[in-house]
Amino acid sequence: MAEPLDITGWSCPLPLADYPAIVLGHGGGGKLSSELVEHLFVPAFGGSELARLGDAALLPPPGGRLAFSTDSFVVHPLFFPGGSIGELAVHGTVNDLAMMGARPLYLSAAFILEEGLPMATLGAIVARMAAAARAAGVSIVAGDTKVVDHGHGHGCYITTAGVGVVPAGLELGPERARPGDAVLVSGTLGDHGMAVMSVREGLAFEAELASDCAALHTLVEALLAALPTGSVHTLRDPTRGGLAAVLGEIAKSSRVGIELEERALPVRPEVHSACELLGMDPIFVANEGKLVALVAAEAAEAALSALRAHPLGREAAIVGRAGAEHPGVLVARTALGARRVVPEQLGEQLPRIC
Amino acid sequence: MCLAVPGRIEAIVEDQGLRMARMDFGGIQKQVCLAYLPEAEVGQYAIVHVGFAISLIDEASAAETLRQFRELGLLEEELGATEVEEAGNEVPRRVP
Amino acid sequence: MKYLDEFRDSAPARRLAEEIHRLATRPWAIMEVCGGQTHSILRNGIDQLLPASLSLIHGPGCPVCVTPVEVIDRALAIAGRPEVTFTSFGDMLRVPGSEKDLFRVKSEGGDVRIVYSPLDAVKLAQELPDRQVVFFGIGFETTAPANAMAVHLARRQGLTNFSMLASHVLVPPAIEAILASPSNRVQAFLAAGHVCSVMGTWQYPPLAAKHRVPIVITGFEPLDLLEGIRRAVAQLEAGEARVENAYARVVSEAGNHPAQALLAEVFEVCDRTWRGIGTIPASGFRLSAAYRDFDAELRFDVAGVTAHESPLCHAGEVLRGVLKPNQCPAFGRECTPRTPLGATMVSSEGACAAYYHYGRALAAEEAR
Repeated sequence: MAEPLDITGWSCPLPLADYPAIVLGHGGGGKLSSELVEHLFVPAFGGSELARLGDAALLPPPGGRLAFSTDSFVVHPLFFPGGSIGELAVHGTVNDLAMMGARPLYLSAAFILEEGLPMATLGAIVARMAAAARAAGVSIVAGDTKVVDHGHGHGCYITTAGVGVVPAGLELGPERARPGDAVLVSGTLGDHGMAVMSVREGLAFEAELASDCAALHTLVEALLAALPTGSVHTLRDPTRGGLAAVLGEIAKSSRVGIELEERALPVRPEVHSACELLGMDPIFVANEGKLVALVAAEAAEAALSALRAHPLGREAAIVGRAGAEHPGVLVARTALGARRVVPEQLGEQLPRIC
Repeated sequence: MCLAVPGRIEAIVEDQGLRMARMDFGGIQKQVCLAYLPEAEVGQYAIVHVGFAISLIDEASAAETLRQFRELGLLEEELGATEVEEAGNEVPRRVP
Repeated sequence: MKYLDEFRDSAPARRLAEEIHRLATRPWAIMEVCGGQTHSILRNGIDQLLPASLSLIHGPGCPVCVTPVEVIDRALAIAGRPEVTFTSFGDMLRVPGSEKDLFRVKSEGGDVRIVYSPLDAVKLAQELPDRQVVFFGIGFETTAPANAMAVHLARRQGLTNFSMLASHVLVPPAIEAILASPSNRVQAFLAAGHVCSVMGTWQYPPLAAKHRVPIVITGFEPLDLLEGIRRAVAQLEAGEARVENAYARVVSEAGNHPAQALLAEVFEVCDRTWRGIGTIPASGFRLSAAYRDFDAELRFDVAGVTAHESPLCHAGEVLRGVLKPNQCPAFGRECTPRTPLGATMVSSEGACAAYYHYGRALAAEEAR
């Protein structure tokens, strides 16, 4: 594991201490299940709705349109430089809501645990998850736990679903980019993917790399507040598949061509080096705390200033533009001034020797 | 065929009877096998492929190649040949 | 990174390109042998800086692309065995055999793992004494020393649970085969700099003299590639056919002696089938008699596995520069990156895959 587990704030309560590791019974619906909920999940996540332990959370109807999203988290290893599956499970769903302009309100969390997962590991994951939710201002109001046989999971999988509310009049979507739009990214590319890669079995290397895992809704709020209504067209968080995958999707959905300026892409030197070493391209590497924005050309500079004024957007940059040429295709202008089509990846980018 | 990257030898150690180096690749550190470069010393740069250093970088030769690249085209400029000056071109120019 | 970034500077690159434009008065066809060079050319758009009269032919120097189907089928057979932990460079996992690839074997329960270095596979064998750890030893002369060291180390440590499925290929016999082909149209070669860093340059003067072709040892960064092309064009225009070293900071005439010595001990030269090209005499390495005990083909009795390439696939002609990818009848129909018939459609820098992606963009532009 990359770093010693941070389990400050969580000490194993007595009933759970009898079981240093998860056993099948923790997902069996009996006493062990309820002990896990009562002594681990409820104290960590807090809130009266979860504590009621009903079959469903009852929530007041929010004003405006609901945004509703779900995401599953299977990252391996569970802990990596700069984060863990716990923060990811909160930030991932919060960010999906935020990219539609929603203010995130509630999350549910479903855990699939592998028999034998040390209780301290689960405790640390839950503590980090709770801290991330608190910091993001969202409540975890519903949950579920199942346990699978040893050898049938990488310790812990988490599925979160989230609900948020979208202010009236705000229209964002992957199909709303227009020719002329500026393409912005909120910071350096590839930090998360390379941080996880650095601790993968078989590839391990040492570097000052950390996942960029963060909740982006306040950054989105700041961006939207700084610009005239309607000038932000599309927001996406470039997770799996990286910047290239989301820009490719936006180009297709909006029927625009997108041209990336490679020299303008912000990439940390260590991430650049790690990519060189493994034969990868940072535009295909995952991020967990960055957004891509397509905004009307006349609002581009204001958008850049707004992003840079926020702690999560200090290294924001304008990295390209959308146009009417080659609709549906992502093109990169290389450092040499040539243009190349950015190929779609079939699956995960693999380290190459060739 | 062969993705190989230059790195700097930071330390030399012995591991399972193999000469190994800790090398730095622009802020990334990795253990590399030095068995094929018995003469390599700390501080030198080497090209590394799949975890093996296969060739030392001749730093004088690299500097000379770069100098030639940078000077390319300057001769024609002196002779008055047309050359479009690119924005951001920082090649030193001599006064004709 | 030092010694990379300086060789990507755009201002000198433009000047080198201008110099090539000035030099090239006639059409020429130059082959970059190495897949890594092809990748860099496409990645940086170097081809677009060159005169239209100059054609770059992407050569067969991608070990992933040329590994024959039957060897991949043998790998799949071994990797599917319950006692085996199969290790490979990442590139190989998506390369199709007759019916499936290593990812499929993994999905069916095979223990398939990506390693960065062959030494990682040896380490895995030490850590998993109850498993048979097999390393898929592919590659050209650059990779062969690393793979040789893995087997050498395993033998020295008496590891009985490590073996290698070896399918190495050699560059000079491939160049010879291309030049000897009656349909050859390659007029000059950019030889693979990293292969030469191991083997030296001494193998090439006889080839250059016999076939009257310029051979320029070339690096991988944009300035290196442009300089290699510039020197090749200069020779072609002057009617010369010499071996030049345009990658002198890394390549010496003699190459790496300790590496060559271990190669000679661990491997022996053999005939080798190249996917899409056919059998080229004395163009590969297999484990020598002294290391036969570490030969996974023998240990798992898969030497009898044979396979046939799809008759629809014309990768061989593409790799020899005889056919452009979009001239193949299967291109974009039976054969796409999702359903590749040949390896040139598999890796994103394979000639056919590159054409496929560019072609799509052009079609989109025309449809506008």
